Amino acid sequence: MARALNDGLRLALSGDERVLLMGEDVGRAGGVFRISDKLRGEFGEERVIDAPVAESGIVGVAFGMAVAGMRPIVELQFMGFSYPAYDQIISHVSRIRHRSRHRFTAPMVIRIPYGGGIGAAEHHSESMESIYLHIPGLKVVVPSTPVDAKGLLLAAVEDPDPVVFLEPIRSYRSITEVVPGDYYTTPIGEAAVRREGTDVTLISYGAMMRETLGAADVLEGRGISAEVIDLRSLVPLDVDTIVASVIKTGRVAVVHEAPRTGGFGGEIAAIVQEKAFFSLEMPVLRVTGWDSVFPLKRSERLYLPNVAGIAEEVQTRLFEG
Amino acid sequence: MSDLLRIIGNGADVPDQPIPEGLGDKDLVAIYRWLVLLRAYDERSVALQRQGRIGTYALYWGEEATQAGTLYALEETDWIFPSYRQNSIGILRGVPPSVILAWWRGYGGDVGFYDTRHFRTGPICVPIGTHLPHAVGTSWAAKLRGERTASLAWFGDGATSEGDFHEAMNFASVFKTATIFFCTNNQWAISTPVSRQMATKTVAEKALAYAMPAVRVDGFDPIACWKATKDAADRGREGGGPTLIEAFCYRIGAHGTADDPRLYRDEAETEPWKAWEPLSRMASFLDRLGVLDESGAEKIKAEAKQTIAEAVTEMEAIETPGLEVIFDNVYAKDRPWMFIEGLEELRSVGQRELVKPLNAGAPADDTEIPEEGV
Ligand SMILES: Cc1ncc(C[n+]2csc(CCOP(=O)(O)OP(=O)(O)O)c2C)c(N)n1
Ligand SMILES: [Mg+2]
Repeated sequence: MARALNDGLRLALSGDERVLLMGEDVGRAGGVFRISDKLRGEFGEERVIDAPVAESGIVGVAFGMAVAGMRPIVELQFMGFSYPAYDQIISHVSRIRHRSRHRFTAPMVIRIPYGGGIGAAEHHSESMESIYLHIPGLKVVVPSTPVDAKGLLLAAVEDPDPVVFLEPIRSYRSITEVVPGDYYTTPIGEAAVRREGTDVTLISYGAMMRETLGAADVLEGRGISAEVIDLRSLVPLDVDTIVASVIKTGRVAVVHEAPRTGGFGGEIAAIVQEKAFFSLEMPVLRVTGWDSVFPLKRSERLYLPNVAGIAEEVQTRLFEG
Repeated sequence: MSDLLRIIGNGADVPDQPIPEGLGDKDLVAIYRWLVLLRAYDERSVALQRQGRIGTYALYWGEEATQAGTLYALEETDWIFPSYRQNSIGILRGVPPSVILAWWRGYGGDVGFYDTRHFRTGPICVPIGTHLPHAVGTSWAAKLRGERTASLAWFGDGATSEGDFHEAMNFASVFKTATIFFCTNNQWAISTPVSRQMATKTVAEKALAYAMPAVRVDGFDPIACWKATKDAADRGREGGGPTLIEAFCYRIGAHGTADDPRLYRDEAETEPWKAWEPLSRMASFLDRLGVLDESGAEKIKAEAKQTIAEAVTEMEAIETPGLEVIFDNVYAKDRPWMFIEGLEELRSVGQRELVKPLNAGAPADDTEIPEEGV
């Protein structure tokens, strides 16, 4: 996935002179995850910019650039370090369209590596997408595959509104596939059905997709046919795909690594009961991270949902319950 | 480096200065002992990381003077707030080194966390610059209670770009708190050189905007660090307000164990700085003074190595805590309902298996993503 994102950034920079990339260590070092590897050499330090260690400044300055007609892509190094920029995002980036009644917009992409599973130090594994989901005016996108990572990134750059683009750290190097070399976009707001099934709908996104698909395999072995939906875009949400699937299966589990309270699983559960209540055979199940601080390295496997656990919960809670 | 406060010369063209008042031979040896202990901890940690026995580690090779010299100038009752770069500073205040090693190993639960209140040492701060207002708060609280307690926070050149740095500086100067802002200007913030971090020539001049005294010291000189900190603490205790100390040095090592500086800097530039590194410099200074000879220094080194070796054994004997650690230390009292249910879920369904490594079956590079952060 790292290479697909690198490729996407390169195409964005070469295709539109207004595009620039800014963030801590994105230039000389090519980003701490090497997502912008070699781009500074190719496009120069005016367009691939090593910023001072100042997240509020990075987003605030990029906002000014966006309003003035540029198309900035910013990288906040880890989700755990994105919070100093929150005020800029919630007070300005997301609402300039509203406050200026369409006269100004902030077409910018805020890339944020997120999530656990790589045994990182404190503050480096957080999955706090909910704090971005709650802000009107923002779009929130999370790819789970390299092909989507590139297509969604390019769609985000083209989008007239600000997009928070969440990159699952754990998938950067563990998820690989052949990615088309040309320029293409993956529409924001469309979920993907990754696997068809008839008995239960499993809904997830980001790094938890691999675990969820693995669980679907396990369930198949136990005679349960799972349909798996990759949301790809959390805001706007592809409600139709979810509802159509639930009407077919009657059972739903949402999987995310973010804490359960206030997490996206609750939102999906609400939508499902609003729109497909009479199709439901069982309450919507949430398999999620806990409502506690993300633990240190050696305990993170206690925190993150995994294949066996998801399969077990789905089977016992939705089929034996 | 001419405007820098410097006591220890290089034994050649740069002369030694008189030892500041308040430091006897015993103190000099004690500071050396601390330098050596920090170095032993640091070198061992890098080795442990390479062997996969601890996680990503933020090394500080060469920056020992900014820690040992500085801390030696403070009272035990003064508050200190380390960043990740001063991660093992607690051991100089009596925290067992095994505790901090265990944090890097990432056990979870209570393991790896020292008693911040007892040691008056803030938890190792990872989000850049966010601990600076805390140092203002603790020194302000002391002032309100009529205590003569100072607070000191370490941070880097990069941290001066964060809003929290400026907000903390302003609070401290407006309310005249006994806060010491100790900036280790090692000239790099991961891959970003200080020239790209700020337009000012020095960090110290930023204090002007806050009507705060500032001093630049040779950050490789533990005695200079001691002197600057001592003066700042003394003045702060007398109601003289905060001080900004810029310890000018150089990040000789990588940013962290996952970082490869060859990607962004010419390692030949690093070479000349090595001559200033504090351990051998302090050792030859003490030798010149006739306070400690080579065999004395060797003995101290051997002791430190031994201390850390024992700490490693101790740390590795710690058992991985049970699954309830996930729900510990979050709220003061009873576990809320979702924790009680969560614990049941974790126990009964075995959702998150204890035995299997997290990414069993996944490609090997899954856990070897280049990332430094910290
Ligand atoms: C708020 C925040 N943003 C980004 C990071 C990632 N990060 C870790 S260290 C670092 C550079 C800090 O440089 P400096 O302040 O000079 O301290 P040094 O590491 O050189 O001691 C960055 C950007 C972080 N930890 N916290
Ligand atoms: Mg630095």
